[in-house]
Amino acid sequence: MEITDATCSFCGSLCDDLTVKVEDNEIVDVKRACRLGASKILGHERINSPMIRNEAGILEETSFDSAIDKASQILLHAKRPLLYGWASTSCEAQSKGVLLGEILGAVVDSTASVCHGPTTLGVQEKGLPTASLGQIKNRADLIIFWGCNPIHAHPRHMSRYSGYLPGFFLDRGRQNRKFVTVDVRMTETAAISDEFLQIEQGSDYVVLSALRALVNGKDDLVPDVVCGVSKEDLVRLSGMMRSCRFGAFFFGMGLTQSKGMYKNIDCALSLTNDLNTQTKFVITPLRGHYNVTGFGQVCSWQTGFPAVDLSRGAPYYNPGEMSANDLLMRDEVDASLIVASDPAAHFPSTSVHNLAKMPLIQIDPYANATTEIADVVIPTAIVGVETEGTAYRMDGLSLRLRKLVDSDYPSDEEILDKIIKKVSRKGDVC
Amino acid sequence: MSELLIKNGRVFDPINSINGDIMDIAIKNGKIVDDISLSPDTKVIDASSMIVMPGGVDAHSHIAGSKVNSGRIMCPNDSRSGIEKRTKITRPCSGYTVPNTFAMGYRYAKLGYTTVFEAAIPILHARHTHEEFGDIPIIDKGGLVLFGSNWQVMEAVRENDIEKLAAYIAWGLSASRGYGVKIVNPGGGEAWGFGKNVSGLHDTVPNFDVTPAEIITGLAKANEMLHLPHSIHLHCNLLGKPGNYKTTIETMKLLENIKPSMDRQVVHITHMTFNAWGGTNWGDFESKADAVADYLNQHDHVTVDMGQLIFGNATTMTADGPMQYANARLLATKWTNGDVELEDASGVVPLSYIRKMYIHDIMWAVGLEVALLTKNPWQVLLTTDHPNGGPFVNYPEVIALLMSARKREEEMLKLSNKMRDRTTLSGIERELDWYDIAIKTRASHAKILGLTDHGKGHLGAYADADVTIYHINPDQVDAGREHATVKKAFEKPAYTIKDGEFVVRNGEITATPEGRTFWVNASVPEEDNTRLMKDLRLKFRKYYSINLANYMVQDNYVKHPVVIKAGGS
Repeated sequence: MEITDATCSFCGSLCDDLTVKVEDNEIVDVKRACRLGASKILGHERINSPMIRNEAGILEETSFDSAIDKASQILLHAKRPLLYGWASTSCEAQSKGVLLGEILGAVVDSTASVCHGPTTLGVQEKGLPTASLGQIKNRADLIIFWGCNPIHAHPRHMSRYSGYLPGFFLDRGRQNRKFVTVDVRMTETAAISDEFLQIEQGSDYVVLSALRALVNGKDDLVPDVVCGVSKEDLVRLSGMMRSCRFGAFFFGMGLTQSKGMYKNIDCALSLTNDLNTQTKFVITPLRGHYNVTGFGQVCSWQTGFPAVDLSRGAPYYNPGEMSANDLLMRDEVDASLIVASDPAAHFPSTSVHNLAKMPLIQIDPYANATTEIADVVIPTAIVGVETEGTAYRMDGLSLRLRKLVDSDYPSDEEILDKIIKKVSRKGDVC
Repeated sequence: MSELLIKNGRVFDPINSINGDIMDIAIKNGKIVDDISLSPDTKVIDASSMIVMPGGVDAHSHIAGSKVNSGRIMCPNDSRSGIEKRTKITRPCSGYTVPNTFAMGYRYAKLGYTTVFEAAIPILHARHTHEEFGDIPIIDKGGLVLFGSNWQVMEAVRENDIEKLAAYIAWGLSASRGYGVKIVNPGGGEAWGFGKNVSGLHDTVPNFDVTPAEIITGLAKANEMLHLPHSIHLHCNLLGKPGNYKTTIETMKLLENIKPSMDRQVVHITHMTFNAWGGTNWGDFESKADAVADYLNQHDHVTVDMGQLIFGNATTMTADGPMQYANARLLATKWTNGDVELEDASGVVPLSYIRKMYIHDIMWAVGLEVALLTKNPWQVLLTTDHPNGGPFVNYPEVIALLMSARKREEEMLKLSNKMRDRTTLSGIERELDWYDIAIKTRASHAKILGLTDHGKGHLGAYADADVTIYHINPDQVDAGREHATVKKAFEKPAYTIKDGEFVVRNGEITATPEGRTFWVNASVPEEDNTRLMKDLRLKFRKYYSINLANYMVQDNYVKHPVVIKAGGS
C-alpha cells in the first residue's frame, strides 16, 4: 500500500508531500523525505515497555496501568510540578498538558524556552512581520539566512520554500534569487550563498544595528569596520535589502541564543519593519522540532501565554522567573513530567542535577538522556507515523498529520488523559 | 427531556414583531415551543418585571484563528489584564482585548450572547480557526471566509467567468468549513504582497489586471448565484484614511442593481466607524457619518455595523495588511504581519483610544452617528468590531449610549471641542428603545446572516431555545435618564439560556456545553467544478506550499457541525 501526501513529523518544515510504502503494517520505503525525516519514519530503536525504577535504581518493565498509577501518585503529591517538553507531540496532546497543568497547579513550559523563546520575547516588543512560506516561494528575490544552517537542520527548506523552486513571480527559481548568509563561521548554507558575511561571535546586535542605520540613511553613523565586517560589505548588503522586490529574513539559534538574545531579535524585527518603508520584507524564525510552534499556539489560545505557571489557579507568565530553568536553577521543582523532549541532554548541569534528584516521569516513544534519570517511563505511539494529530509549521500553518501504520502503543494524548482522570477530583472540569 | 417555562416576561422578539408584550416562553428539548403542558418536571422561571430577548447574536467579531492568537502572543500585557481563576466548572481566563478561548465563550454568554461569527478566516488557516472554535465553550459559531485578494477569484473575475467564481466560492467555503464571503480591501491584499496598496475602487490590482470594483461586483453576483444565506460582507478599500466616505458610498452604489437571491441585503459593509471619514488628512479630519446615513436612508440593499470605538486598549486585527502597516508606522507601535500565499494579507497592531485626542473622539462619534441617523434600526448592527474598535464586553456601554442622549452629552463633556464641531452627534436627540436594541443586538444580526430560518435571533416556535433574561423593568426604568441602570442590566443578565439549558445565572457561569459550528455547503454544476479543479490542481502543484490533499479542514476539527445547504436554484 502506498500512502501519498503524508506529512513528515521531524522538523518545523512539515513537508507534506511524502509517499510512504507500507507492507504488512510495516513502513518499507519513504519517498521525497530528507534523511532526517526518513530515518524517523522508517523507525529506529524505541522504548519497548513502560518502566518504573526499582529500589535498586534499575528501570523495571511494568504495565501501562501501573506506570500511569505511579505517575499520577507522583504528580498528586508534588507541590511544584513541572510539565515540560511538548515540542514533538501533537496539539491535541499539548492541549491535555495545559489541562493537566491547571488541575495540578503546575508550570507548563516547552523546549522553546531554551531555543526560540527569545524570539517570542522579541515579538512581544516589536511584533512579527512575517508571511506564509508559499508567499516567500512565490515572491522572494532576496533570502537572508542569519545564524542558521538550514541545509543541515531543515534539509528540504530551500528546495520547498526558500530558494530553488520557481514561484509565480520568479519563473527561474534559484536564478531569480540572491542568497545571503550571515554567520560566525563558514557553513554549508553559506557555501552555496551568493554572499557570505562572516561576523565576530556575539556581534549580531551591532551588525544588525549598523544595517538599520544604513537602511535609514544614517551612513555617517557607521564606522569603517563593524565587528569584523567592512562598511563596504554592509553598504552592499543594505543596498541589496533596499532594492529587492521581496526580501525574506530567516534566522536560527545563532541569533536567539548568542549574546544579546531577545535584543538581537528585537533588532532584526525592527530592521524588517524599517525595510518595509522602502520595499517588502518579512522575517521568519526557523523553528526546530516539528510542533514546537504548535505548543506556543495552543498554550497562547488556552491561557493567553506561550508558557504558563498555573500554581495560582490562574495563568501567570513571567519568563526569567517561571521558565523551566528558572525553577530548576532555584531548585523549586519537586516532580516533573517530561513529554517528547530531552532536557537531560540540553539543560545546564545544575538544572539536570536538580531534575534528576526529584521524581521524573517521561512520556516518549524514544529513549534519550532523560530516560537515564527518569523514575517512570511511558512509551507512546509516534505522532504522524502511528497516530494522527495536528502540528504547526514554522510559519504558523496548521496541518493534520496522518497515521501511516497501526501501533499497539497508546498515544501521548491517551496517556495524559488517563493521568488527568486519576488526578482530578470528581465533578471538576476536565 | 427538559422543559422550561419563562413566565410573564416582557418579551422583545422583533423578528416576530413582539414589542414588549407580557408573554410566557415555553421550551422543550432545547427548542422554543408554542405551549407545554406543565408537569412536575417543568422548571418555571418567574420573569415578571424582567426583559426577555432571544440570545444575542454577533455577526462580526474576531474571536478565533491565527491573527487573534498573534494578538495574544505579541501582547502578554493584555493577557495579564483579564486573569480569572479556574473554578469547578470553568477553565482559567485571561485577556481583555484578546481573551483566551475559554474567556471568549464565558464572557459572551455572560453578556447574554449565544451565537458569534468570526469575521475573517483565510482558507489556508481555517484549520487553526476551527481548533480555537473547539476551545470556545457555550456559544454557537460560524465564520466568514476571505476572498477579496484571492488569485483564483481575481482570475475568474478577469475572465468574467462568474460560474467558475461561484464554483470556487462553494469549494472555498467547503474547504474552510466557512459560512460566507468576506472581502477585505479587495485587491489590496495582493498588492501588499509587494508592499503596495490599491488607491481606490478603479485602481488596477498589480499583475492581475482587475479592479477592486470588478472584484466586488463579481463576488456579489457569484454570491447571489449560489443563494448563500449571507450577502457579501465587505471591508471597504481605503479604510482608515481620511476622506474614505466617498469610496464607501461609491462602493454601495456599485451594487444597487444586483438582485438579492433571498430576502436580505446585497452587501453588508462592516465597521462604519472606520469608513465614514471626511477631510483630506489628519488635520482636517471630520465625520461624514451623516452622508453615509443619508445614503442608507434611501437604499435598502445595504446593511452596516457600527464597529463602535471604545476608549482604552484595543488590538486591531484585519486582513487589510497595508492599512495595518500604515497604522503601526503612524503610531510607532509594534506590528505583526501575516501574508497568506495566493489568498490575502493580514496585520495586527495593538493601540489605545484616548479621550481628548480629537481623531479618536471623532471616531467614537462616527459609530454612534451612523446608528442614530439611519432611520431603519435593522440596517445598522451594534458591534465594536471586537477587538478593533474595542472589546465586546463593552456592548452594554454602547447600548446605554444609544438609549440615552443624556449619557452621550455626559460623555461628550470629557471629549475635545473639535469632536463637537466636526460631527453631528451633539445635535442628535434620538434615543433607541428596547425593541431597537433587540434588533441591533440579535434580530438583525440573525437576519442579515440568514440564520432566522435556522433557529437564531428569535423566539418563534422551533427556534433554538437561546434566551436571555435581563434584570430590568422597562415600565419602571427611563433609559434616557437611568442609563447607568440600563448598562448594569445588560452587563449582568439574570439568565442566559442556551439550547434550553441555563448557562449563566446572575452573572455566573452555571454550565459549559459545547457550541455548534454553522457552515455552508453550496452545490454547483459539475462542469463548473471540473473547470475550477483544473485551475486549482495547477495552483497547488506550482504555487501553494502544501498539497491539495492536505488543504481542506478535516471533519475532526468541526465536532458539532450544522451544515446549511445552498447552491443554484
